[in-house]
Amino acid sequence: MDLTGNTPSAPVLKWRSRFLWLGLLIVVLLAVILIATAIGSVRIPLRTTGSILLDKLPFLRMPGIWTTAQEDIVWQLRLPRVIMAGIVGAALSVAGATYQGLFRNPLADPYLIGVAQGAALGAVIGFLLPVAGVGLSLGVVPLMAFIGAMLSVAVVYGLARVGKALPMSTLILAGVALGALLGAVVAYLTLTSGQIMRSILFWLSGSFRLSQWNEIKIVLPIILTGSIVLMLFSRSLNLMQLDEDQAQQLGVNVESLKVVLLSIATLITAAAVSFVGIIGFVGIIVPHAVRLIWGPDHRFLLPLSMVSGAILLILGDLLARTVIAPSEIPIGVVTALAGAPFFLYILRRRARMLF
Amino acid sequence: MTVTITAENITLCYGHRKVFDELCFNLKPGQITGLVGPNGCGKSTIIKGLSRILRTARGRINLNGRNINTISRLELARIIGVVPQIPLLPGTFTGFEVVLMGRNPHMGFFRYEGETDLKIALEAMVMTRTDHLAGRRIGELSGGEIQSIVIARVLAQQTDAILLDEPTANLDIGRQIEVLDLMRELCDRGVTIAIALHDLNLAAQYCDRIILLSGGKIIAKGRPEDVINESNIHSVYGKGGAVYDIDGKPVVVPKSARITGAV
Repeated sequence: MDLTGNTPSAPVLKWRSRFLWLGLLIVVLLAVILIATAIGSVRIPLRTTGSILLDKLPFLRMPGIWTTAQEDIVWQLRLPRVIMAGIVGAALSVAGATYQGLFRNPLADPYLIGVAQGAALGAVIGFLLPVAGVGLSLGVVPLMAFIGAMLSVAVVYGLARVGKALPMSTLILAGVALGALLGAVVAYLTLTSGQIMRSILFWLSGSFRLSQWNEIKIVLPIILTGSIVLMLFSRSLNLMQLDEDQAQQLGVNVESLKVVLLSIATLITAAAVSFVGIIGFVGIIVPHAVRLIWGPDHRFLLPLSMVSGAILLILGDLLARTVIAPSEIPIGVVTALAGAPFFLYILRRRARMLF
Repeated sequence: MTVTITAENITLCYGHRKVFDELCFNLKPGQITGLVGPNGCGKSTIIKGLSRILRTARGRINLNGRNINTISRLELARIIGVVPQIPLLPGTFTGFEVVLMGRNPHMGFFRYEGETDLKIALEAMVMTRTDHLAGRRIGELSGGEIQSIVIARVLAQQTDAILLDEPTANLDIGRQIEVLDLMRELCDRGVTIAIALHDLNLAAQYCDRIILLSGGKIIAKGRPEDVINESNIHSVYGKGGAVYDIDGKPVVVPKSARITGAV
C-alpha cells in the first residue's frame, strides 16, 4: 500500500500503522493475561506463571521449578477465569461494534434488541426450575439463558419486519419495548424467588468466578467463528455507514446483510452472557474508544475492539477479585468505575470524531 | 461494454401511492439524457427505479435486454453507478476512504483494495479535482466538496451507465461546468448517462435528449430545442419563461408576471 509520490496526502489509508497497533495490542493482551494469572490470593511469581503457561503449549517443555499446587492454581483456577473474561470482553466488544455500525447509532450496544433481557429471563426461569439445584456450571441456567436470548431477538425481529424489509428504527423500538416487558417479568420473578434471590442477583450482575475450561470449550468456538464471519463482512459494514440506498447502489445486499450480521452478533452475545451473566458497559464503550482513537474503518475497528475489549475485561476482573479480597466486587461495577473516566477522557479530547 | 437501458411500461409506487404509470423510455450509450420537470415530478423516483432501490410494480427495466430484477446487486453496481441528490456520508471517514468505496463492486469477498483500486480511486479524485481532500474527514467538508467526492466515487466505480440526481445543485458555476464536461467526456467514450436537472439551461446545453416529466407522465421527449419551448414550460411549470435561441441551444429566461404587468 504505497501511495508515496502519487499524492500530497500519502497517509490516506494509515493501514500500516493500524496493523502495527493491532500487533502491539495483542502483545499487551498476552502480557495482561500473564500478569492477571500471576496475581491473586496466593501470589505466584511472574516467571513461574510464565513457565507453567509455556509448559502447557505443545512441543514446549520448561524445567519444572514449580509445585503441583501452583500449577493447579494457575491452570485450573486462574487461567480459565482470565481466558473467559478475555473471550467475553472480545465478544461483547465485537458485537457492540457491529450493532453500532449496523444501526448507525452510537447508543447501540449488544443488548439493544433484547438479548440481555431475554437471557436474564431464561436464566431466572432456569434458577426457578426444580432441576436447577445442580448448580450454575454447564447446567440448566446457561442453556436457558442462551435460549432466552436467542428467542427474544427472534421475537423482536419478527415484530419489526415489514414485508421483506427490516427497518432499523422499528427494530430498535421493538427491542426496547420487548426488553422493558421482559425486564418487568425478570424483576417480579427475582423479587418473589425467595432463597435463591441472591444467586439470581449474582448472575444478573455478572461474574467470572465460576468459569471453567469446559465452559470455554463451548463458548470459544462459537465466538471465534462468529467474529471471523463478522470481520469478513466488515467492508460491507463500512458501506452501510452511507445510507442504505447508497450501500445498495454500491453492490451491498442490504437486507440480507442485516439478517446475517444481526444473527451472528446476537449469537456471539448470547453465548458470552449465558455463562457469565449480564456484563454491561464493555460492548458500548470499547468500540467507541477504538473508533475515537483509530478511526471508523470496520476492518480495523472489529479486531481492535476485540483485543481491547479482552484487555479491558481481564483487567476489570483482576480488580474485581483483588481489591476487597477475599470477597469480590461485581465486574460491571468495576468496568464502569474504571472505564467510564477513561472513556470520558478520550471523548473530551476527540469528540468531533465520534460519528 | 456499453449498456442500453430500456424502461417498458414501468409503474413506480411508494407504498400505494403511484408516482408513475406505464412509463416508456430508453437511455442509450453515447447519449446524455436529461430528466427535467417541476419539484416532485419524480426525477429521483426514476433514478431509484433504474437502480432497483425502488422495485417496479409493473412493467420491466432491461439492461441490454436483460431484466434488471434478475441481476445481482453486486453485478448491477458494476453496470450502473448513481450519484444521489443529497448524499449522506459518514463524517468520520476520509475523502479517500469514501471514493475507495466505489471499488466495492469490483472486489471479491475476501479481497482488500489492491494497488489498482487505489490508483483508480486516486485518478478519479484528480479528475474531479478533489485529490486535496483525500486525507480530510467528510465532516469537515462543504456541501459542494461532498458532492464532488461522490462524483469521484462514481468515477472510481467504472460503470457502463451513470445516473446523477441534481449533481450540480451544490456546485458553483465553474464546478458545474467541470462536472458536466466530465460527463460529456465519459459519454463520448460510450458511457450511458442520465442526469436529473432543475436548471433547464444546463440541461439544454449538455443533454442530447431531454425527457420532460410532470404529473406522473412524460410530457415531451426529444432534442432540447424541441422540448424546451415556451408552451411546454408554461404548461408544466405554470409560470412564464422566455426562450431564446443562443448558438442553436434554447436558453430560458424567467419572466415574472408582476414585472411584465407593471410594464
